[in-house]
Amino acid sequence: MEYLIGIQGPDFVLVAADNVAASSIIQMKHDYDKMFKLSEKILLLCVGEAGDTVQFAEYIQKNVQLYKMRNGYELSPAAAANFTRKNLADYLRSRTPYHVNLLLAGYDDTDGPGLYYMDYLSSLAKAPFAAHGYGAYLTLSILDRYYRPDLSRDEAVDLLKKCGEELNKRFILNLPSFTVRLIDKEGIHDLEKLTLGTK
Amino acid sequence: MEHGVCICVCISTSCHTCKSYKSARTQKQMRKSSSIRPLQTRPVSLTLKIVPFRLAHGTTTLGFIFQGGVIAAADTRASAGGLVACPAVHKITPIHSHLVVTSSGSGADCMLWERILIREIRLYQLRHGHRLSIRATAKLLSSMLHPFKGTEMCVALTLCGWDNGPKLIYVCSDGARLQGDVFSVGSGSPYAYGVLDRELRWSLSKGEAISLAREAVFRATHRDAYSGNNVDLFHITAQGWSQRKREDLKEEYYRDKEKKGKKKNDKLK
Repeated sequence: MEYLIGIQGPDFVLVAADNVAASSIIQMKHDYDKMFKLSEKILLLCVGEAGDTVQFAEYIQKNVQLYKMRNGYELSPAAAANFTRKNLADYLRSRTPYHVNLLLAGYDDTDGPGLYYMDYLSSLAKAPFAAHGYGAYLTLSILDRYYRPDLSRDEAVDLLKKCGEELNKRFILNLPSFTVRLIDKEGIHDLEKLTLGTK
Repeated sequence: MEHGVCICVCISTSCHTCKSYKSARTQKQMRKSSSIRPLQTRPVSLTLKIVPFRLAHGTTTLGFIFQGGVIAAADTRASAGGLVACPAVHKITPIHSHLVVTSSGSGADCMLWERILIREIRLYQLRHGHRLSIRATAKLLSSMLHPFKGTEMCVALTLCGWDNGPKLIYVCSDGARLQGDVFSVGSGSPYAYGVLDRELRWSLSKGEAISLAREAVFRATHRDAYSGNNVDLFHITAQGWSQRKREDLKEEYYRDKEKKGKKKNDKLK
């Protein structure tokens, strides 16, 4: 039902998430933000079971902030991704596992941009592009076809638009708008919301 | 997992709150393994098995924000399977002078959690000297409900109130916590959304907003078997909440029929 997508460029990461908060067959909210800002240059996109998403994402968010307060510098995206994965793995075989699918996107001043794909079984993979949700079945092949490691920002946004149009055309659920953000060495930038009209 | 559309009697399975907020999930696991099971009489509606999606409990409640504050409305029927257990229930409960909560789900669970919320908010006010904000109230409630996630407890509350502006927050025992401008909860909610989404605007006057809320609940109770009887309406502003006299939807039905009859006659002329 929910959709997340991330595309890594040579010096940026572009991420987008749909804006629907649903309860059974009803859209409760049309403007829900599924991205959580972990630090100045790291975003966590989180979808999954109703309460688990916010609980887990906020837990990670606060712990990343705590690290900064204790140590004086921020966790790198790779470290944050591994920390998140460890927590997910620890809870997986407990009595209260978190059923959440995540994308972690960040920019490291030394290593550059990074996009990390995590699923509810706490697998972690660094990938040039990734997507979560039923929409991923429709859009991963588009990403495979048109992705190049040296995409410019505009080209990446166009690729994102292509994915959105495909969802609009073939996905049975209505996902009218997507929040889009870009992370680069300057930090996190809000881009224009991607809204798709009727087919 | 499907729940009966019910206001079922609170059986021992959900009375953990008296003891502590220890994870009810662990207790459930322990109980499952023991050979002695407590007597469970959870009414199951036959219609639940035919419907392709999970029904959300016999109620229509709604809340929305407009220029004149917040309106909260709910029907008053408590159903237990196919029986109308009580035709005159209060589904909207004031928490403090500027906050009311509409309840949906299991009646016993909602009553309990409303009382707990009133207690916690009052304690906070006494300890800290100021009232907790509504967003914080919602977060507190959500944290208190979290240990019971995965158990059969079912509460879906809408906090409607005023603190530095109108606020409307939906909190559910699944863990969802959403702030928005319009929410409708319960088995009659799709019907209510149908009416609300057409006519809701920020610029409604107080009278228009109240009649819109009444109409939305009326249309929902007309179609939904598990909602009905009367409608309760609350209006919350910066000055606090005020309650309208409870209205019988039967009267609304006859008024509506008359209006349609008049329209038909006008057309024929």
